[in-house]
Amino acid sequence: MYGISRRGLLQTGMAAGVLAATGLPLRAQTRGGKFTAGLSGANTSDSWDSRTHSDIFMISSAQGAVFDSLTEIAADGSLKGELAESWEATPDAKTWTFNLRKGVTFHNGKSFGADDVIASLQMHLGEESKSAAKPIVENIVEMNKLGEHQVELVLAAGNADLPYLMADYHILMFPAGQIEEAISQGIGTGLYQVTSFDPGVRMTATRYADHYKGDSAGFFDEIEYIAINDNTARMNALLTGQVDAINRVDFKTENLLKANPNVRIQEVTGNEHYTFPILTDVPPYNDVNLRRALKYGLNRQEMVDKILLGHGRVGNDSPIGPANQYFNAEMEQLEYDPDKAKFYLKEAGYDSIELDLSASDAAFEGAVDAAQLFQASASAAGIKLNVIQEPADGYWSNVWLSKPLSAAYWSGRPTEDWMFSIAYEEGVPWNDSQWGSEDSARFQELLVSARTELDTDKRREQYYEMQQILRDDGGILLPMFSNFVQAVNNRIQTPDTIGNGWQMDNARMAERWSVA
Amino acid sequence: MSSILKIILQRLGLGLITLFIVSIVIFVAVNLLPGDFAEAILGQGATPESVAQIRRDLGLDQPLVARYLDWLRGMLTLDLGTSFAQLNFAKAMGGAGSVTVAEQIAPRLSNTLFLAAVTACIAVPVAVFLGVLAALYRNTAFDKAANLFTLSSISSPEFFMAYVLILFLAVLNPVFPSLSNIYEGMAFSERLQKSMLPALTLTLVVTAHMMRMTRAAIINLLASPYIEMARLKGLSPMRVIVKHALPNALAPIINVIALNLAYLITGVVVVEVVFVYPGIGQLFVDSVKIRDIPVVQACCLIFAAAYILLNLTADILSIISNPRLRHPK
Repeated sequence: MYGISRRGLLQTGMAAGVLAATGLPLRAQTRGGKFTAGLSGANTSDSWDSRTHSDIFMISSAQGAVFDSLTEIAADGSLKGELAESWEATPDAKTWTFNLRKGVTFHNGKSFGADDVIASLQMHLGEESKSAAKPIVENIVEMNKLGEHQVELVLAAGNADLPYLMADYHILMFPAGQIEEAISQGIGTGLYQVTSFDPGVRMTATRYADHYKGDSAGFFDEIEYIAINDNTARMNALLTGQVDAINRVDFKTENLLKANPNVRIQEVTGNEHYTFPILTDVPPYNDVNLRRALKYGLNRQEMVDKILLGHGRVGNDSPIGPANQYFNAEMEQLEYDPDKAKFYLKEAGYDSIELDLSASDAAFEGAVDAAQLFQASASAAGIKLNVIQEPADGYWSNVWLSKPLSAAYWSGRPTEDWMFSIAYEEGVPWNDSQWGSEDSARFQELLVSARTELDTDKRREQYYEMQQILRDDGGILLPMFSNFVQAVNNRIQTPDTIGNGWQMDNARMAERWSVA
Repeated sequence: MSSILKIILQRLGLGLITLFIVSIVIFVAVNLLPGDFAEAILGQGATPESVAQIRRDLGLDQPLVARYLDWLRGMLTLDLGTSFAQLNFAKAMGGAGSVTVAEQIAPRLSNTLFLAAVTACIAVPVAVFLGVLAALYRNTAFDKAANLFTLSSISSPEFFMAYVLILFLAVLNPVFPSLSNIYEGMAFSERLQKSMLPALTLTLVVTAHMMRMTRAAIINLLASPYIEMARLKGLSPMRVIVKHALPNALAPIINVIALNLAYLITGVVVVEVVFVYPGIGQLFVDSVKIRDIPVVQACCLIFAAAYILLNLTADILSIISNPRLRHPK
């Protein structure tokens, strides 16, 4: 392989495929060129208001190109500073000091400082605020400006993850006093400066000349993101070369893309997972033995093979995934075992049982099919599941959280604490298994103590134990993690490690990719 | 001429009543759909409190009749209102400037009209020309081939025709782009090139109807005595058809052309989605998805108005083209 020149190697698409597979660096990334991406998840109601962002189009445009946050999650999952250079906490993880980067300017020339951080955080507060980051920011009771480039944040309850939470795509830095203007025009400190934005249609931006990230990031001169919500249209656009990359490749047509020598597929397993939540406070589900019977009556591998067509990873009934820091990959995998399921069913006091399973494709694509697979595999253990197909409209308000056994999906969270506190802490609104201290007092204790634990090793131990508890006794059946599958034209070079926190390299294509 | 004016006024009055009824039907129908804007926009995050908060903000907690009357009052002062999405956004922002439905629809409508115009420029001449030729060479191989082709293309679903065109004209022979993402400030020639595939798809869909009507109307007349006379005079078949038969066949042809033009404005939803064309159809689909009633209502009224106005135009043109109707005794 060493005798071949780079040019010769690149001339055949197959060789490029080999390169991508072996992960050999193609060459140093160079500046220049234009990058066009076709992305789904765009709406006519989109805006630069990061409080409303929820899908890949706006996240790639805002956090991925035009705006910055205090911290950033690198492609390998580690945390690094973005607008904050360094940070430190008091031992109780309650008071945090962030040292901000100096000499940073917004695209309108205003210089970035402590006031901008405080104003940007306060955007998420207020009674009327519907910001998805409100629960994070609410915990900050005091925001003190210690200097032009230093901020102190005091929390109501200690949280060792605060620097991680500051990398959330909702919490972007806007210029203080000009927030409305910044939201209407898209004025941030990011690598790219907006040239046009038509909500639900397209966004274009050019490289901001003197950005603090210098030559180490943001290699394109110009980027264009086109909203293409239709799967087939997105694939056509990539195949005809009108866009360089697309997100969410349809699993069913993936082979067509693979056959094209100019295009390569990127696949990473992140935290997005599909579940069958069980309300643990509703009889007969309050009996842990019945839940165990269901756990063993579920054929996880079959679901990954048939519902995700292999584009996923079997779950182990814990929502902590490969994109998390403390993912416990060593837990024994729950396998399909009708005998064990029968055993636990007997322990629960039944020879056979009839249960209703509510599903709709609103929960996740293929949820009704998955429910039917579950029905078939569970019947071998004497569990008769009646699959009820619920209407997709209003599914989240009428079925999820109210029917005792249903289907759902979670996009996952970058930190363990965030995931657990949003859906597994006693009494929180999205606790879709009504998981509480009656089920496991130990779990709730660990949740609180791990939150303020600054020692990584101790913290790992605690999170591992929590995952084990959920695997053994938990109320969520989590058969699979679904992969992010995206496709890129070979004229675009991508780094060896692709972020798995979000689609499209954590939505940071514009920052990390370059023309080959 | 005064009788024509009377007809126009009469028809416009009837049109307004139709629009009124359409608006009620749409309003009720959208409200009958399960889920509402608050649930749609919140998705999985639809806790009872946040749903109630959005409903309160947007007035969705008011009874149906009150909401309709409110909307109608705005309508009578030509105010299409503000979309729920924008209003919800504005509330979250603390009442910052928001975009009205009219401002939202205007650029999309002009894109759709552009596409309709391009399609009409291709489809109408082609259809009439093919129709005349089919009448001239009726029951020949040409007639049968033209019928077979146009009828097959009208009978296939639009998205299928769209994909066939993409396959042949974008993937195998990259002549036109498969992505019609036109935007403001684009050069006319580029805009035209990008709109070509959706325009051709629509052409395939509407041609058959117009062509068959042209053919039928002309053949119908060919049995009339005055055509026989023209033939006996020794005129060429082409001249008989174009000079003698066609002018008298215009009324039904104009009618069917108008109907198809209306279809070009209202029926483009699927085509716009396939080609990612930023027209009113896409906006309509997006809005129905999130139950954004003000936008849905406005789109439907535009669709209904297009039908009513084009039908009216067709009737007037057929009156003008027919001296007997122009000068009633």
